[in-house]
Amino acid sequence: MAKLYSEKKITETQINLNPKEETVSFLLNYSKALSVIHCNNLKFEALQN
Amino acid sequence: MRHELITDAALVSNYLKGDESALSVLIHRHQQKIYSFIYSKVYDRDITEDIFQDTFIKVIRTLKLGKYNEEGKFLPWVMRIAHNLIIDHFRKNSRMPKFDNSGEFSIFSVLSDSSLDAEKTIIKEQIECDLRRLIDELPDDQKDVLMMRMYQDMSFKEISDKTGVSINTALGRMRYALINLRKVIDQKNIILTN
Repeated sequence: MAKLYSEKKITETQINLNPKEETVSFLLNYSKALSVIHCNNLKFEALQN
Repeated sequence: MRHELITDAALVSNYLKGDESALSVLIHRHQQKIYSFIYSKVYDRDITEDIFQDTFIKVIRTLKLGKYNEEGKFLPWVMRIAHNLIIDHFRKNSRMPKFDNSGEFSIFSVLSDSSLDAEKTIIKEQIECDLRRLIDELPDDQKDVLMMRMYQDMSFKEISDKTGVSINTALGRMRYALINLRKVIDQKNIILTN
């Protein structure tokens, strides 16, 4: 029988191609913590815990 | 469904006004497209996760710094950021290639240490010693041809000149030498492999 040389389909990963909850949660928390301070014509980034 | 009614542009605008939940909607709305896009390029869940996170960190910083000006084209803009980060990732990896062993393919299955370890060195010495003893058991004419061919690397022409027999005779002696060696090895169940 002829051999198949084509690559296998990635079925496992195609089912759930979404970022982890922690990643999204981190991003939302990062957004909340990040603030930009305007001072004269300068902008400063500040990360608050 | 309610979220779908609000356009990306409106959500970005709300976010810029301080509505943090707008960002959550934007992320959830586009996460699958962006994540799949990254994964289709890097084929690694962990790297995809990292690039996805870096993409949105850049998005958040750019928005908060007020540098975003592509109103109405939020997704293409985020995709462009992700695309650039994927290129950065491959550039970094081409300078310092990384082999991970987490998948089905293991790099160590094709890379091996060709030098023998102590045990294999001893086994090799024993095999060579056993083989020499077997060769010593051969009739002299066969032994001479075999020694000249295998250990002194002489051609059959040189062997024929040195021993004063024809090339065909030398070839025949070599053939019988090998047949006899195999016979003894088979009879005595000697294993000559490392």
